[in-house]
Amino acid sequence: MARALINVPAKAKRGEIITIKTLISHVMETGFRHNQIGVKIPRDIITSFACTYNGEEIFQADLYPAITANPFIAFTTIATESGTIAFTWRGDNGFSVAESVNITIE
Amino acid sequence: MSANRKRTRWLAAAAVLLVLAAVVSAHAEIPLAERRSSYADLAPETKAMQDDDTSNPGMLAVLDGEALWKTKAGNAGRACADCHADARVSMKGVAARYPAFEPALSRPVNLEQRINICRTERQQAQPFAYESKDLLALTAFVGLQSRGLPIAPPADARLRPFLDAGRETFNRRLGQLNLSCGQCHDDNWGKRLVGNIIPQAHPNGYPLYRLEWQSIGSLQRRLRNCMIGLRAEPYEYGAPEYVSLELYLMWRARGLPVETPAVRP
Repeated sequence: MARALINVPAKAKRGEIITIKTLISHVMETGFRHNQIGVKIPRDIITSFACTYNGEEIFQADLYPAITANPFIAFTTIATESGTIAFTWRGDNGFSVAESVNITIE
Repeated sequence: MSANRKRTRWLAAAAVLLVLAAVVSAHAEIPLAERRSSYADLAPETKAMQDDDTSNPGMLAVLDGEALWKTKAGNAGRACADCHADARVSMKGVAARYPAFEPALSRPVNLEQRINICRTERQQAQPFAYESKDLLALTAFVGLQSRGLPIAPPADARLRPFLDAGRETFNRRLGQLNLSCGQCHDDNWGKRLVGNIIPQAHPNGYPLYRLEWQSIGSLQRRLRNCMIGLRAEPYEYGAPEYVSLELYLMWRARGLPVETPAVRP
């Protein structure tokens, strides 16, 4: 099972810029490598990442074979209201992970 | 005896003394006060990665290890937690004092081997393969419980011959390049080898996440890398030679804080 680590401040002031950091375990196999007997190792990567804030998409990224194993994605947003920040990662072989965290605006 | 011959003899004796002095000083160990973790040589970005548990990729393995700790396994149907309870208490400081002497085998075992002994004898399960994801995860989880504690090799007289064997391996020239570990890590640490700073080679962060590997790896994996770099044939995983070397490296790093899971370039 893929494990994800998410760092979002639990509390923030309204209008404050917050940093969101995500890390997920994934091999990100490029599809360009061969094994010891010369057989191509099939591609197995995360292809997209998206983040929603109370249902509204605030960040989206496409990932490609050159991206490292265990991709770390960090971005900022403006804290507007209390609610849920949800994350989804999708990839090859039906890979799909969803996580969410709550944030309180003071 | 002519004055000339006397002078030649004197010169030969002086030369022998000089060579002896060079051999002795070449294997001088790093003074304790100058010992430092290679964390000090990391780029600020890599330091930040290690310092924050939500950006340290080694923590992904720790999470896997925590799950394994609570999972029942083997014919005995027991989990690690059933005997050892809360790892934060029972495993505190354990990684800082391994390799330790195992009376049943009459030789020291490292933390990975200790976990596998527990697995085969207490849980009656198949041992994990060396360098497998599960063994690294469990070792990282146990190692994390000692984070920040100083490395404290046990003062066990039975370990003495193995410690000496490890020191001998460390100072023995190996491979086609004919270099010993000490020639880089004792004599030339802090200088550069190609673009990289030569570290003091302390084992205080293992198992650690190496950016080059894109995964977590054990100390023995690192030792194999060094041996392949010297164009020497590496030992098999789990070989007693590695355990002796690990023992010497831990003794050499005594007092340095454990950083498991560390991040290295």
